[in-house]
Amino acid sequence: MIRVRDLRVRYREGGRPVDAVRGVSFDVAPGECFGLVGESGSGKSTVLRALVGLASDWSGTMSVEGEPLGKSRSPRFHRRVQMVFQDPYGSLHPRHTVDQALSEPLLVHGLGRERDRRVVQGLADVGLEESFRFRYPHQLSGGQRQRVAIARALMLDPVLLLLDEPTSALDVSVQAEILNLLHRLRRERGLTLLLVGHNLAVVAHMARRLAVMQAGEIVETLTTAQLRAGTPTHPYTRCLLDAARISRRRG
Amino acid sequence: MGRFRAPGRGFWGGLAAVPVTVLGLLLVTFVIGRVIPVDPALGLVGDRASADALAAARTGLGLDLPLWRQFLAYLGAVARGDLGMSVLTGRPVLEDVARVFPATLELATLATVLGVGLGVPAGVVAAARRGTWIDHGLRVVGLLGYSVPVFWLGLMGLLLFYARLDWVPGPGRLDVLYEGLVEPRTGLLVVDALLAGEGEVARNALAHLILPASILGLFSVASIARMTRALMLDQLRQEYITTARLKGLSEARVLWGHALGNAAVPLLTVIVLSYASLLEGSVLTEIVFSWPGLGFYITNSLLNADMNAVLGGTLVVGAVFIGLNLLSDGLYRVLDPRTRPP
Repeated sequence: MIRVRDLRVRYREGGRPVDAVRGVSFDVAPGECFGLVGESGSGKSTVLRALVGLASDWSGTMSVEGEPLGKSRSPRFHRRVQMVFQDPYGSLHPRHTVDQALSEPLLVHGLGRERDRRVVQGLADVGLEESFRFRYPHQLSGGQRQRVAIARALMLDPVLLLLDEPTSALDVSVQAEILNLLHRLRRERGLTLLLVGHNLAVVAHMARRLAVMQAGEIVETLTTAQLRAGTPTHPYTRCLLDAARISRRRG
Repeated sequence: MGRFRAPGRGFWGGLAAVPVTVLGLLLVTFVIGRVIPVDPALGLVGDRASADALAAARTGLGLDLPLWRQFLAYLGAVARGDLGMSVLTGRPVLEDVARVFPATLELATLATVLGVGLGVPAGVVAAARRGTWIDHGLRVVGLLGYSVPVFWLGLMGLLLFYARLDWVPGPGRLDVLYEGLVEPRTGLLVVDALLAGEGEVARNALAHLILPASILGLFSVASIARMTRALMLDQLRQEYITTARLKGLSEARVLWGHALGNAAVPLLTVIVLSYASLLEGSVLTEIVFSWPGLGFYITNSLLNADMNAVLGGTLVVGAVFIGLNLLSDGLYRVLDPRTRPP
């Protein structure tokens, strides 16, 4: 589904070039949930941004569904690949109702005729009642907003969903709800998920395989079974694992 | 969200504050009128009049009463629409203001239209092309708009476009030839001429208007472009913009639809306040272009110690400001659902 080889992404920060991603390679199979873990600044979100065409200065090769990606993304790409962000409040248009946010992708891609049916269905799919349809983002709770953001991403029936820390802005109780929702949607729709996060426990809960990133490079790729068995070889992975264990014990 | 200015305690709270603000405005103008060392009675009888005549004039004007009774009398007069007589013109101040205000309104409106029409697109383009030569070029033009004195620009404009190139007519609102041809209805010459079906007069009035309005508008263009750029950059940083791009929207729709749509809400306040400050009358532009507007009128009255006219004019300016403020608060609530209760 996804194939990334030797991806390098460079940013310009205050005139100085910053190498955010330095030679990353990984594969994600159709229907799989693959995790990218690392602390903030490790370049994991930059990989997602490069995939959806938001990074301008990159080299290497990326392909989705066997099609190599160039500098710009086609309308077809946007129908096949969608993304959910960390902060649902910031990622929803503040003056658009839920209805407008969910309809816009349909209208842009010429699917306006089915608008009513698909908006209501989209809300139902993420466990929201029809009464939410004409509310504004500021009238929703954090969990409800993230459900709307997920519904928005699913409006065009994508095959691949990129998740950029989808639960880290939410309360712990709501985190589990959203993770279970994503789990169910993946099963029902056969979605492929690429999940980015800094919390090893959250990513391991969702993903079968994960890659650990540090300073723009993948230091280790392993399955969650290997992770649970305690066989990570890289010291940084051990460090993350220990941190997750401590936080779980305290939490 | 601290980034967005909340419109106070709501529209109705703002509406309730209006009478208090107006009363405060009246008190200030009244006090200025009494504190200033100009004796209206002396102005009336002349400085060679006898002491008896002066005292009689003072009694006639109610100046021997205690201050609070004078203030009440002033309030009563204002409520009746009586702002006193202008010593200079010999007419009621309200009549004078009604005559000069449309001239300023014409100028300020066209200047604001130019400011919005050029400033907003310039700001959007500058934000979208941040750091490129377009952005820097627009910044230099903006800096000129801010820093070049308006009277100098006005004189240079007249020299170039009137004296040398003869593209526009000279100072004043109309050529002498056309004066008195149309009956004033709204006071806005272009509108009146069009209502009367005098196309040629309307064209001439518009030609007279275009240079002073452009000079005045340059400052609006500069400030509106700068605010637009800042507000746009603020919006473009946010994730809903990324979401819009991922939905497959064209960059133009992301920029002019989503980002500008949200920047427009706070921008509106900036534009309304800039319009309000132009309506106070821009004295320098009006003097350079012999434009018989409110700023010209108030300044001229002040130089001739015509206090009734100065205070009446100030009162009108204050009322316009309060009204436009209220309007921008109301529009803010209409445009931004976040300011309404959840």
